[in-house]
Amino acid sequence: MNQNYSTAAQGSSSAIATNKVLRSTYMLLSLTLLFSGLTAALSMFMNMPPMTYMISVIGGMVIAMFVLPRFANSSAGIGIVFLITGMLGFGLGPILSMYASLPNGGNIITLSLGGTGAIFMGLSAYALATRKDFSFMGGFLMVGFLLVLLAALANIFLQIPAMSLMISAVVIMIMSGFILYDTSRIIHGGETNYVLATIGLYMTIFNIFISLLQILGIMGNDD
Amino acid sequence: MDWMEIVSALALLMFIIVLLPATRNMMKNSAKGTLADWMGFVFPVVVVFLFIMLLVKLV
Repeated sequence: MNQNYSTAAQGSSSAIATNKVLRSTYMLLSLTLLFSGLTAALSMFMNMPPMTYMISVIGGMVIAMFVLPRFANSSAGIGIVFLITGMLGFGLGPILSMYASLPNGGNIITLSLGGTGAIFMGLSAYALATRKDFSFMGGFLMVGFLLVLLAALANIFLQIPAMSLMISAVVIMIMSGFILYDTSRIIHGGETNYVLATIGLYMTIFNIFISLLQILGIMGNDD
Repeated sequence: MDWMEIVSALALLMFIIVLLPATRNMMKNSAKGTLADWMGFVFPVVVVFLFIMLLVKLV
């Protein structure tokens, strides 16, 4: 009997801890997305050159891969997350300026933004409602992501527009998988650090937005 | 080929090299999914694909 109470108490405290991670992750994610929007607007206002995007993405990825894991358990980790997301947002400025200058650029940006939000919220709701365990997808998603990076590398030399369209579509599919995988990890206690959970989800949102912009930009341009 | 493309290619190559060990590790240690598990993944991804088609029609 005592053992039953103990097991129930452990289960309950584990559920509370999971909810706390989930709540903190979504709170930090909202703040970082807002901050990215501000830095993107600042970058547009400053009329930054196109190379800003490349420098910001490389810098942001290097900090996320090599610096953030060392500070993820301290309060400095939150500052680093804002640094990364601020940099990535700042890098978006020239891209958004370029799309805004297209005849239907405003429509493309609005649809990409709304589409990204709908995909993220829909997939998160699906993972939260079904509570399915998507941990089996880890290897598959990583291999898919590596193959996409290889294809993107090849396309720098090949310069095939159809291939870049294909890569963008596959990136959205893989990032959709990562949203399910990351959310499921938080729900099932596989990820207990909300700083790392936030940066993982932020990267998926960022990649989906950039890929949607590219797809809608190519398909919406009749020239 | 301009310097931005060369830097992008080098950065992509670096990310591939850095991610390779983690990918091998995940491949070895990932649980095997059943058909039902995979269908739980395929269904939302197909919905996302159809949603993108709708966005393309709207633009």
